[in-house]
Amino acid sequence: MSVLKKRLQSEWISRFFDSLLPVFATLAALLIGAVMLLFLRVNPIEAYAALWDGAFGSPNAFAETLVKATPLLLVALGICISFRGDVINIGGEGQMIVGAVFATWVGLTFTDLPGWLVIVLALLAGFLGGAVWGGIPGFLKAYFRVNEILSTVMMNAIAVQLMNFLLRGPMIDPSQAQLASKIPQTAPLLDIFRLPRLVPTRLHLGALIAVILAILVYILLWRTTLGYRIRAVGHNLHAARYAGIKVQRYVVLALLLSGAFSGLAGATQVYGVNYRMITDGSASGFTGSAGFNGIVAALFGQLHPLWSIPASILFGALLVGANKMQRVVQVPSALVIALNGLVVVFVVSSEIWRRRRQRQRLSIGGVEEEPSPPTQGKAGQAEAGS
Amino acid sequence: MIQDLFSVTVLIGILASGIRLATPYLYAAIGETFGQKSGVLNLGVEGQMLLGAFAAFYVSLKTGSLWLGLLTAMLVGALMGLAMAYVTVNLQAQQGISGIGFYLFGLGMSDLLFQKLMPTVETIRGFPKIHIPGLSDIPGFGQIFFSQNILVYGAYLLVPFAWFVLNKTTLGLKIRSVGENPDAADSLGVSVARIRYFTIILGGTLSGIAGASLSIALLNVFQQNMTSGAGFIAVALVYFGAWRPIGVLGGALLFSMVNSLQLWIQVLGIPVPSDIAVMMPYVLTILVLVATASKVRAPSALTRPFEREV
Repeated sequence: MSVLKKRLQSEWISRFFDSLLPVFATLAALLIGAVMLLFLRVNPIEAYAALWDGAFGSPNAFAETLVKATPLLLVALGICISFRGDVINIGGEGQMIVGAVFATWVGLTFTDLPGWLVIVLALLAGFLGGAVWGGIPGFLKAYFRVNEILSTVMMNAIAVQLMNFLLRGPMIDPSQAQLASKIPQTAPLLDIFRLPRLVPTRLHLGALIAVILAILVYILLWRTTLGYRIRAVGHNLHAARYAGIKVQRYVVLALLLSGAFSGLAGATQVYGVNYRMITDGSASGFTGSAGFNGIVAALFGQLHPLWSIPASILFGALLVGANKMQRVVQVPSALVIALNGLVVVFVVSSEIWRRRRQRQRLSIGGVEEEPSPPTQGKAGQAEAGS
Repeated sequence: MIQDLFSVTVLIGILASGIRLATPYLYAAIGETFGQKSGVLNLGVEGQMLLGAFAAFYVSLKTGSLWLGLLTAMLVGALMGLAMAYVTVNLQAQQGISGIGFYLFGLGMSDLLFQKLMPTVETIRGFPKIHIPGLSDIPGFGQIFFSQNILVYGAYLLVPFAWFVLNKTTLGLKIRSVGENPDAADSLGVSVARIRYFTIILGGTLSGIAGASLSIALLNVFQQNMTSGAGFIAVALVYFGAWRPIGVLGGALLFSMVNSLQLWIQVLGIPVPSDIAVMMPYVLTILVLVATASKVRAPSALTRPFEREV
């Protein structure tokens, strides 16, 4: 008995340690950030204090953090689905843009319908737009073996040009069209089409929707056949095919669903934050790079929809705090982008210790690895085959 | 206006700038070819290019020496490559995702340094055109091929050189074997780790040059995110070129010729919306990937970390 107890204890500790790895990764990135700040002759403590203050210092600041976290979470949910299916979706930016275009079109077209109906239709349109933009690379991967990393990146570039074309041409705000400046933006949405605010801050209903969807994605991935099959394909393609799963279909579905969530993120940006679609000509001018940062958040949340919630809040906080840091200690907020990059590198690098301990646990425990469902927290790496 | 496109001067202009525009893609994609041939997908090319572009520009501006700038860019790229190699070889991290991490790092870092170190936007006199005596006097032809700057010539010389190294040398054989069957290579005494370190660092160095070619040879400025996806295109070109330097050359030329055409269409004021024109090279890239992807085979061990069986 005591041997078993000891074993359980050490397993528990080792699992606990595993779940802390992303935290260590972030701390390491912040530490490197501190060194960089010292090189820029800025007191790191002062800088990070400003960052913290900007993100959590007041109810308004915290609300801003949550507003920023909302698209990150939605993108991250999509990333959870696709990466679990071993499909790498780098196309969040483009999918957000196309989702937003679809949603904006609904709001600008059906001005006679009641507000709640337009909001629902617009969010669905965003979902659909993202699904289309994610589905294309999914289809190309499944049936033409086009590497999805490349095609999603290309689709991003195409979406940006599409957005610029539409916002400077067919969809431009009629009042801008007459001005020389020609800011690429659409006409504003009617007030009744705005996503309701939750508390007297800029926090909008989108945040709540995202959290509910996180729970639904969790159920989808672990409690439904569809989710099981997506994960099975991601876990071991050959075994899944051998088990009679139509692999190609689930590859398409994984990317399509993944894109749909990013599309929804784009729609909530329009209906909850800007109340029109606007850009500066670049992708990040509209998305705020949420399409990339959502990947960071999902990885940080170990590709688990529920863990992606705190992860998104963390990165939302970093992004919002970075603006304050820029104002207070004059460090460009680009620092946070660099640090996000380091977090990604550190998180994926630290996977090796987790895998090692997992193997150790299996060999010590002598418990056969359950062949199905695939073990949690195993991202990408097709080690299962060996 | 459409007929303007077919005048000799314009055609020469399109071809000459197409040749020139291919330069950064060639350096980056040839570097990436080495990495992928050895089984490592480096998606951080864009970040390496951005940091290289900044380093080259800044050092050239401060020291007045373009060569010193180029050298710094190579060094910065190599260092990024070294980090990438450690992460993918020693720590066996997921290559695609860690590459995105390095991309974000390069993106943020180059922007940060740019804003911190250069208060105003400045331009620089980049590498001058070198007219190759005799050849550059050939009408049309000379202008297209033999009146370019040194980094352009370098990019095209790199292609046969890379072909030679990959296919005709022992080193190339080792690189290919490590990418196809690392276990077999390992059992024959080839150090998989050492070969991969070499190719990834080489790839980083070439990406650094690719960035430098933008900031101190072609555009002669530095801007935030100035590569705007060129690094990702370079990765696509490797697939496009079926992992052969000559194929990469073909892809780079096709891509930059279409790009050059689209630029000239805008210059001539032909009524095609510029956004749609800019989109074309990307659409074309996807279409070519669709046409070729199922016909070519990637190196078998691509994206697979190597671990010796114990």
